[in-house]
Amino acid sequence: MGHAFGFLSGLVFGIGLILAGMTDPMKVKAFLDLAGAWDPSLALVMGGAIALGVVVFARARRRRLSWSGAPMEIPGNTTIDERLLVGGLLFGAGWGIGGFCPGPALVALGSGMGAAGIFVLAMLVGMLVHDKLLVRP
Amino acid sequence: MTIDWIHFTPWASLAGGLVIGLATALYLFGNGRIAGIAGILASPLRAVLAGTSLRPDANRLLFLLGLLLAPWAWRLVAPLPAASVDVGTAGLVVAGLLVGVGVRMGNGCTSGHGVCGLSRFSLRSLVNVMAFMGAGFATVFVLRHLL
Repeated sequence: MGHAFGFLSGLVFGIGLILAGMTDPMKVKAFLDLAGAWDPSLALVMGGAIALGVVVFARARRRRLSWSGAPMEIPGNTTIDERLLVGGLLFGAGWGIGGFCPGPALVALGSGMGAAGIFVLAMLVGMLVHDKLLVRP
Repeated sequence: MTIDWIHFTPWASLAGGLVIGLATALYLFGNGRIAGIAGILASPLRAVLAGTSLRPDANRLLFLLGLLLAPWAWRLVAPLPAASVDVGTAGLVVAGLLVGVGVRMGNGCTSGHGVCGLSRFSLRSLVNVMAFMGAGFATVFVLRHLL
């Protein structure tokens, strides 16, 4: 049961990313280019997802178990440290260079886009480098 | 600031955002967990590296499979929208390395901190989102207007 939810939510998430325009790195960069011809579309992607998300999380908090029976695990971490900040800055710099963030890169890889393959491979290496060399708190 | 009205896709992007919200709901109510893609990717990666069983990550691997197959489902109905990059291999490698290190260090990306974190009014996530948005804006400004 839980497995069906895993697959289905990944599929729906990917379709949402394609519909939103996020799987085109040039559209993402057009959103990040405030000083150029700015395309504000991606603000609406976040707006739409969060508008629904606020209702979803408010309801989810009242549950103890999920539909598949697994416990609800909503993060409770409130730590604000330099790792959170520096991690965000590094991620944003990479996002600005390539126009890919993890989800859309995987969807673009699935579509057969070679550039996404190179990016994803490097991203996995980056994750390993972090986990092996830069100790997790 | 000039808005690019020709490429602005308000309705498709808003609809896409709502579909992403729906997928987040499905994962949260279905499995009890947040749909943060950096974390969903990192967990099985750690298991492979440690040589431990991938069984606890089955849901995550299926989520990733769903992401990879989404363009194929899309193609059954309509042609995929165009997608392109304006950096070469070296740029993609640098971008990938930065994103990989950054999302692990900050413990989340656009989905985990952006969508899920902001939806539950997490100040921690807001700090991370401001950092990656700010760095994204700054990086594109430097690449396109200063260099």
